[in-house]
Amino acid sequence: MISIEHLTKSYGKFKALDDISLNFERGQTISLLGPNGSGKTTLIKSILGLVIPEQGIIRINGTEIKTQFAYRSQIGYMPQIGRYPDNMTVGQVINMLKEIRKDCKQYDEELIHGLGIPGFLNKTMRSLSGGTRQKVSACLAFLFSPDIFILDEPTAGLDPVSSEFLKDKIAKERANGKLILITSHVLSDVEDITSHIVYLQDGHLMFYKTVEELRQQTGEEKLNKVIASIMQKEMPKTIYAQ
Amino acid sequence: MRTIIKYVLLDLLKNKTIIVYTIILAALSVSVLSMGSNATKGLLSLLNITLLFVPIISILFSTIYFFNSIEFTELLLAQPIKRKTMLLASYTGVAFALGIAYIIGIGVPVCIFSYGPAALTLIISGLFLSLIFSALALLIFVLFKDKTKGIGAAIIIALFFTLLFDGLLLSFIYSFSDYPIEKPLLGMISLNPVDLGRILVLLQLDVAVMMGYSGALFKKFLGSATGSIYVFACMMFWIVIPLFLSVRKFRKKDL
Repeated sequence: MISIEHLTKSYGKFKALDDISLNFERGQTISLLGPNGSGKTTLIKSILGLVIPEQGIIRINGTEIKTQFAYRSQIGYMPQIGRYPDNMTVGQVINMLKEIRKDCKQYDEELIHGLGIPGFLNKTMRSLSGGTRQKVSACLAFLFSPDIFILDEPTAGLDPVSSEFLKDKIAKERANGKLILITSHVLSDVEDITSHIVYLQDGHLMFYKTVEELRQQTGEEKLNKVIASIMQKEMPKTIYAQ
Repeated sequence: MRTIIKYVLLDLLKNKTIIVYTIILAALSVSVLSMGSNATKGLLSLLNITLLFVPIISILFSTIYFFNSIEFTELLLAQPIKRKTMLLASYTGVAFALGIAYIIGIGVPVCIFSYGPAALTLIISGLFLSLIFSALALLIFVLFKDKTKGIGAAIIIALFFTLLFDGLLLSFIYSFSDYPIEKPLLGMISLNPVDLGRILVLLQLDVAVMMGYSGALFKKFLGSATGSIYVFACMMFWIVIPLFLSVRKFRKKDL
């Protein structure tokens, strides 16, 4: 569904992404893991066309995304930091997005109700807490039932109930054959929903494997132990060289 | 595009800075116009207020607004929207809001107290200045990655056009005073939208006679129909060129 070939992006001398090739298919939930500044957000933004890579090709359903924009109707994006115009109300933001996406007539409002958004519809974005804004971002990502979900730190800042609700929704969408890309630092949060793990470090792709493969390889059950054990055994040089 | 403009406007018309800006302009124009016995004097004071405040407020407010809404721009660009549409729509929204503030703050009082061709010219040049300086703000937003640097550049540009440019022009006139420099001077003035606005209004107020020989030349050229068209064309260029450059540069910008 998404194929990335030899993707390279640098900011000045700093290489944010270095020759990344990946292939994502329907029905997968992929967790993008890696330390801060490892290129996770740059990778996501390249797929969304927000960052223009110098080299490499990204294809979505077979078509190259270069300078295209229509393909983004298949993607639901939830940004890491949701900042909205101060004086707009929650209702206005939702209506604005609906008016922009005139092509979509069926709305998936399960999250809007599940996260209790109707109670805030008349509040201005400025008056909302960070977590509530995060909820609005989540609703917008799921509103047009896209085929691909790109969620940047979706559960950071959410209360446990909402976080569980969102995770259930993600699992449900995956069962419907959608592709889900998640970045997260909280491994326990992605533990039950993820099927594949992409590990990035300093812009390099360290590995791309299924969770099962990783469990067998390390003999550990918990995801954070799995990752910790790989980081120690497989890449001691890259970890400690710097 | 229309949807984005509509919602940007909805947000901005409730913006405190825009409301305060409108109220201050209105208070200034009502007090200036109702005090003086001479309408020309009142308009001249308002012209000076316009030329000083409109550029700096327009450019600063727009720059800050564009930088503050960068995350929302990202979110909208993750929708199937062209970058060009997004950029021009948010520019139109901001320019519209500033224009409305100017019309309510200066336009309405001027029309009530001293309606005439000079008043209309004042309103038109004030509107042009709002549009021009928000277009320059858009260019700053596209060129700079950092908000602080962008605001710095906005202040420098506003000061350059409102203060520094005239100083440079004066020193140019002074050092070449022995030569016939009226025509090059006319060309140089086209490089400053603030001066263009000033001359346009002054010519309507018949105070151009006080500007000596150069004033007479300006009156002869700019006072004619061709002259007015020339000034409007220059001002249009001052809007279109920054917008064109911004759209071109924004195509390749990393967000």
